[in-house]
Amino acid sequence: MRLTAEEKGILEGKEGKTKAKIMQTLVEFGEVFGAKRLVKVTANGHLVTSFGIGLLKPVYRIMDEIIDAGLKTKYPFTVDPRPIDYKNVKCGLLDKLIFSKIMYSQQKHYEEQLSKIGLRNKDSFTCTTYLSQVGNVPKYGDILSWAESSAVVFANSVLGARCNRNSGMLDIFGAILGKVPEFGLLTDEGRKATWKIELKTKTLPEAQILGSAIGMKVMEEVPYIVGLDKFLGKELNDDVISYLKDFGAATASNGAVGLYHIENLTPEAKKMGKALMVENVKTYVIDDKELERVYKSYPIMWKNQNAKPSLCFIGCPHLSLGQLKNWTTMIEENLQKSGRTKVAVRTIMTCAPDVLKEFEKTEEYKKLLSYKVKISSICPLMYTNNPIAGGKPIITNSNKLRTYSKARYYKDQDIVKIICGVK
Amino acid sequence: MSKKVFKGRVICKGSYEGEAVVSRQGVNTLATFQKSALKNAKQVICSDQNNKDLYGKNLTGVALILPQTIGSTTGGLVIQTICQMGINPSALLFSQEIDSLAASGVILAKNWENSKIIAIDKLGDDILTSIKTGDKISISEDGTVTLL
Repeated sequence: MRLTAEEKGILEGKEGKTKAKIMQTLVEFGEVFGAKRLVKVTANGHLVTSFGIGLLKPVYRIMDEIIDAGLKTKYPFTVDPRPIDYKNVKCGLLDKLIFSKIMYSQQKHYEEQLSKIGLRNKDSFTCTTYLSQVGNVPKYGDILSWAESSAVVFANSVLGARCNRNSGMLDIFGAILGKVPEFGLLTDEGRKATWKIELKTKTLPEAQILGSAIGMKVMEEVPYIVGLDKFLGKELNDDVISYLKDFGAATASNGAVGLYHIENLTPEAKKMGKALMVENVKTYVIDDKELERVYKSYPIMWKNQNAKPSLCFIGCPHLSLGQLKNWTTMIEENLQKSGRTKVAVRTIMTCAPDVLKEFEKTEEYKKLLSYKVKISSICPLMYTNNPIAGGKPIITNSNKLRTYSKARYYKDQDIVKIICGVK
Repeated sequence: MSKKVFKGRVICKGSYEGEAVVSRQGVNTLATFQKSALKNAKQVICSDQNNKDLYGKNLTGVALILPQTIGSTTGGLVIQTICQMGINPSALLFSQEIDSLAASGVILAKNWENSKIIAIDKLGDDILTSIKTGDKISISEDGTVTLL
């Protein structure tokens, strides 16, 4: 890799040992992928590591080293959701003990460390940092040092920013140096699609299953999707953004997709069209039968497969304002069908703190609370990591949560009936 | 009979002789390692329910052969952590080009934990079918993998 004089100086230790080690790590990382140079980060950061899990000792040690060296990120950053919210996600004494004393024993300490190196503010904990209410919205062409697979794929695909699928820690390193190695999704060539997805379903597919099918097929390659604009239209309005948020999260967690293009919809596809595909593109045809095959392939990990669900998480990734309103309506309609006034299964909906502030101003907020649905900004995945929670029959509409926990996945139309007690 | 030999690119060099464990599908790092790491276990037992090749298998000290890693961007940190805990596979042998998360993990482990984890990529897809879980293999510092 060709380094500038300043970068070479950092690598040689002229700005301290810690900064040299950070530079060394980023240079070696870039060289694995043939990066020729480092390029400047041009927008705020987003980190994946939001949880003070006691076992992640390397994180706290390196953070201390960064703080002791007086280093900070070039721009403020946001970070993934917190793992604990006892007020809205009530826990038994044993759960609390496991969460606070064993699993997330470093939470307070870690949040202090984050504040010292550049955390934007105390409400910056969400995986949907790119929503307008949160306001960490990169511009087209911005170079990012982000992690969080669902945020990276959204920033690349829907906003047209440029970011590789960075790991936790590398996101911090790039944000501190203000530079990242140029390869992969930062280059025009790396953003070309190697898969053409032909969508031939009769109706708009469930975002989370379509994303899952594509992720499992293309792994970390770039898909160009034809036929989805027939259902979603050609404009990135709030409903479409919410759909793509969930779709992308499933492509990234069930596979390793960092960028997708949707014909006539996402910015690069609108600009370049089919020229975005490489010559020998592979093809994957998705029809209703294929989506049903994928859906039926999900293993059910509950000990008792017929158990009555004890908890439902909706909002992984965090819900948008529009989704919170839509869910309120769906629950209202289904409660009317079941003749109930409140949900039959303990239900937690999760969203960003800044989205919640906006939702609190709406009529739907009061309604949702009256149905006894709890709203939190917790990370459902971090909650279900608790070995006690892991043994409970939890249901979700999130393919990401299904992948990383024993939670059972249901489609939106089915899960709403379950939580409302519709027979 | 001549031994089956594969040659790849060395990311982190080292030599090894012992058991191989093979995943023909992408390995979801977080889903695979998180349970054992959280339990502070002495060995990693794969907890990824979606990976039929690895689920329930002991991965500590083995040569893990895989196409790439997939899933959460905590992946690199997870690899760094299991290396810091000393419960990592001895080697990660990738049939394809190493992905960005696995690369982050082995480079973080090397630079910040003095880990000796071996990483070799671009070994070719044939390695995923020619070597089976339980086979004995050797790895040389030049990136040669031999089925013994």
